[in-house]
Amino acid sequence: MNIHVSERKMGPMSGHSAGEPVVRNENANHELSVRVRDLNLWYGDNQALKNINVDVFQKNVTALIGPSGCGKSTFLRCLNRMNDLIPSVRIEGLISMDGRDVNEPKMDEVALRRRVGMVFQKPNPFPKSIYDNVAYAPRMHDLVSRKADVDELVERALRDAGLWEEVKDKLYEPGTSLSGGQQQRLCIARAIAVQPEVILMDEPTSALDPISTATIEDLMDKLKQQFTIITVTHNMQQAARVADYTAFFHLGELIEYNDTQTMFSNPATKKAEDYITGRYG
Amino acid sequence: MSQSFDEISAQLRRRHRKSARLKWMSMGALGLAGLFLVLFFTDMMIKGLPAFQQAQIQVEVDYSEQASQLPLAAVQEDVRPLVSRGYLRLIPGRMEDNAELLGTTRMEWVLADSQVDQYLKGHHTRLSDSEQEVVDRLQAEGRAELRFNTTFFTSGDSKMPELAGIASAAMGTVMTLLVTLAVSFPIGVMTAVYLEEFAPDNRFTQLIEININNLAAIPSILFGLLGLAIFINFFGVPRSSPVVGGLTLALMTLPVIIISTRTALRSVPDSIRHAAFGVGCSRWQVVRDHVLPLALPGIMTGSIIGLAQAMGETAPLIIVGMVAFIPDVAASFSEAATVLPAQIFTWAGEPERAFIEKTSGGILVLLAVLISLNATAVVLRKKFERRW
Amino acid sequence: MQTNQILALFCGTLLVLGLIAYFLGRAKASRVRAAGAAMHAQPDQYAWFSVLSSAGPAIAVGVVGAFAMLLLGAEIPTLYLLAASLVVGCAGLAMGIALVRPDFHARKAIESVIRFFLAGAALISIFTTFGILISIVGEAIRFFQMQSFWDFITGTTWNPGASFLAAAGRAEEGASAAQFGSIPLFAGTFMITAIAMLVAIPVGLLSAIYMAEFAPQRVRTLAKPVLEVLAGIPTVVYGFFAAITVAPIIVDVAGFFGIDASFNNALAPGIVMGIMIIPFISSLSDDVINSVPDSMRQGSLALGMTKGETIRDVVVPAALPGIISASLLAVSRALGETMIVVMAAGMRPNLTANPFEDMTTVTVRIVAALTGDQEFASAETLSAFALGLVLFVVTLSLNLVSVIMIRRFREKYRINNL
Repeated sequence: MNIHVSERKMGPMSGHSAGEPVVRNENANHELSVRVRDLNLWYGDNQALKNINVDVFQKNVTALIGPSGCGKSTFLRCLNRMNDLIPSVRIEGLISMDGRDVNEPKMDEVALRRRVGMVFQKPNPFPKSIYDNVAYAPRMHDLVSRKADVDELVERALRDAGLWEEVKDKLYEPGTSLSGGQQQRLCIARAIAVQPEVILMDEPTSALDPISTATIEDLMDKLKQQFTIITVTHNMQQAARVADYTAFFHLGELIEYNDTQTMFSNPATKKAEDYITGRYG
Repeated sequence: MSQSFDEISAQLRRRHRKSARLKWMSMGALGLAGLFLVLFFTDMMIKGLPAFQQAQIQVEVDYSEQASQLPLAAVQEDVRPLVSRGYLRLIPGRMEDNAELLGTTRMEWVLADSQVDQYLKGHHTRLSDSEQEVVDRLQAEGRAELRFNTTFFTSGDSKMPELAGIASAAMGTVMTLLVTLAVSFPIGVMTAVYLEEFAPDNRFTQLIEININNLAAIPSILFGLLGLAIFINFFGVPRSSPVVGGLTLALMTLPVIIISTRTALRSVPDSIRHAAFGVGCSRWQVVRDHVLPLALPGIMTGSIIGLAQAMGETAPLIIVGMVAFIPDVAASFSEAATVLPAQIFTWAGEPERAFIEKTSGGILVLLAVLISLNATAVVLRKKFERRW
Repeated sequence: MQTNQILALFCGTLLVLGLIAYFLGRAKASRVRAAGAAMHAQPDQYAWFSVLSSAGPAIAVGVVGAFAMLLLGAEIPTLYLLAASLVVGCAGLAMGIALVRPDFHARKAIESVIRFFLAGAALISIFTTFGILISIVGEAIRFFQMQSFWDFITGTTWNPGASFLAAAGRAEEGASAAQFGSIPLFAGTFMITAIAMLVAIPVGLLSAIYMAEFAPQRVRTLAKPVLEVLAGIPTVVYGFFAAITVAPIIVDVAGFFGIDASFNNALAPGIVMGIMIIPFISSLSDDVINSVPDSMRQGSLALGMTKGETIRDVVVPAALPGIISASLLAVSRALGETMIVVMAAGMRPNLTANPFEDMTTVTVRIVAALTGDQEFASAETLSAFALGLVLFVVTLSLNLVSVIMIRRFREKYRINNL
């Protein structure tokens, strides 16, 4: 691992291209997945995101950290336009994926969400059986139609989510009958079953016990072989453990975006250093 | 493996159309409900508004000796079938009261027969051609016109449509609701206070709660059977009276008042109770001096809504006999009376066309009162609404 | 003496007695306090306690006496009763005053009396249910003593005909024996209820979906009260509307298609009853749909589902227990609805599947049997109670099933606030 140490502790990101991480992780994939330029977001009159620039790379885990209310979840929800559900939101700037601006009028947000899946803070399985929770979306998207194909897809998604062994004998019981950690893995299985390219995870382990959290973290590590994962976390150790890249948000601004190891050992900015060493947060 | 946005969008087109269809269908359903309401009110207005006008004709009334014996003789023969029988019948009495009328002849505006009324309103009538000509002539001379129908508001029921009014039914409604309120309000509030503030959480309390919710869902006609079997046959409360009607309605209104009072009591935060207990109040003092005054607007709102419901109720009152023909306002709570909805029901059964108008007129009055009652409840709730 | 006068006299004496008790109690309490004793309660509370201890027993004696006369037919001269209650009242007064002592908890005594009264009020609702049950069951049993239960349940001919003659002891004058086969009545009831539900459930549910999921806030605040107005219209008004406006329209429209429809057809009351029930279903469904957690919707949308699919496949299934229970309550309401069918449906018991024909319902026959001057002991009058009993049992079961159902589903899906 070859990391060059940044000298720019004083001015954040001066002199390097906006959106690029300050330090690149040489082991990581550097194909671009999502590019964000000059993103501003308002809730009514209240500006929640200010001039965000990020390049997210494919098949990596990118962690968003920062104190509560810093805008990291809001940012995450911009990427699959879940903020559309809030009437007072106004967005400016560019979020591009596959050469298209996700906010352009012609963009179909349903199509976007098929390519950008999401796992939520609290597990939210549908009031259906475990099987139907996973099979529902692929069936609707016409990814599979024959019963055998559906069975296979459900099994693969549950295996990928590390849940298969635990539920293979009770596929037709309601999803809500599982434990919290299992429910969250069911939600991950549900998300990967539609074969998205990006999976957004909004504090996926904050409602779970430590053992379930560890399972999910292992899972994220495995899933990045296939998917680009962007996760919001409250827990800095978690970011350090699972992420290739880490972005630190504070009061709606992206303070620092860096290779995870650099971020936690030698952050480029004073604010990030203070946060990571526990001086505030 | 992965598809471009355009490919996915193309696949989605059909699904988006389906989604839009659901939106339009659901919007249409709401629109249908609204449309019905509009149609209903328009229909009632068209049918009912004419009831507030009544034909009167100007005729020469001859207060002769003969007229005091045979009232028909008081008016000339050509207009005789056009004048309300009910009006003519009153002539001898009026002559007895005012002696100076005897022997005089006056031009007077008098109540016309309902057939003339219907003719002037452009409806089909049973008037013969010659009678219609007379009415036409009177109208041309300005001696026949539609005037505001005070009779409708001042007189009781009558077999003659032009004399029928809602006064006795309205009075009956007021008396019945007074009984209802006097019984259901205290008992309802006391029950709610007991359940919310005093009752231990045991089987018995749960039984009472389930029972109250059940009572709220029992068909109203069964309350009528209770009124008939228990109040009338067992306790001997006079049939058709406001007392028995009011008691029956009180039992129906009870769950409404209990449920809304409980909601109002529950919305008073516990911090108020704790504060009052903290300064040494007993449980009853806490309820009387702190909780009840704060819950009062909610209790009033619930009671008004319950009362409005009771006011529109008909089925149980039919069973306890409150559909009697009541020409005069009941003098006491134990005399036979009727209520507005029952009066509407009675009139709706009359075959004469003029009574359709009366029925719709009565409905308009009833709806106006009900809507203002409910509006009062809404205003009350808005005014005293408090967020803790 | 008239009852009214006796009552006035009784109240007057009670008032005087109460006043005396209040002032004596208060005076004694003040005196004891002035003498320097530390008392458990305020003088006012002692005063009120004295009032309770004198008026309470007096009223109790009066009420017991009145009941004994009314129900048991006991011959007690009213003046004696008055005197007796007065004596008891005075004894209570003496005891109350005697209890005005520093170590007596007057406030606690008063509060236990208040609590007793509150609990008594709560019992009235129980008495009401039992009252309904007893009054209906009692008379229904008398009916089934005259008529066979089996015929009532399975018979297809309802013809009370001359049963009132039989009750008057003139059975031989009746042209035919009365028959009380209730199936045509239930068939009519279910037909009209089914029509009502066909109108109310789709329209009510879709309106609720629109209001909860699609409508802008402005439409929502406008539509809710409009629907509530629909719910506030008295049933007698709906009945008139069904009979005078809707029924002729249906006859005309049916005639246009060459169908012969009766003016008392089942469609008119059914449709109008359905309209009446729309707000009932829509407001309950609206509440349930709103209480489906937003995370469910987001979970579905995040999978690339359209809004319509999210509603159809996730929101509605999650809200289903509430929707079903609302519909069951609505059915129970439609079964017991009286005025609309009395005014717009027919009187003729008619076993048919054709909604354009006239048919009658359970509630119509109850009203028909109990209006007008009839011999109370006749089978026709009593049949109203037998029908009422069935109505009571059916609606009660529907209510209970709806409660149990919602509880089951709530446990299954752990959706709160349902």
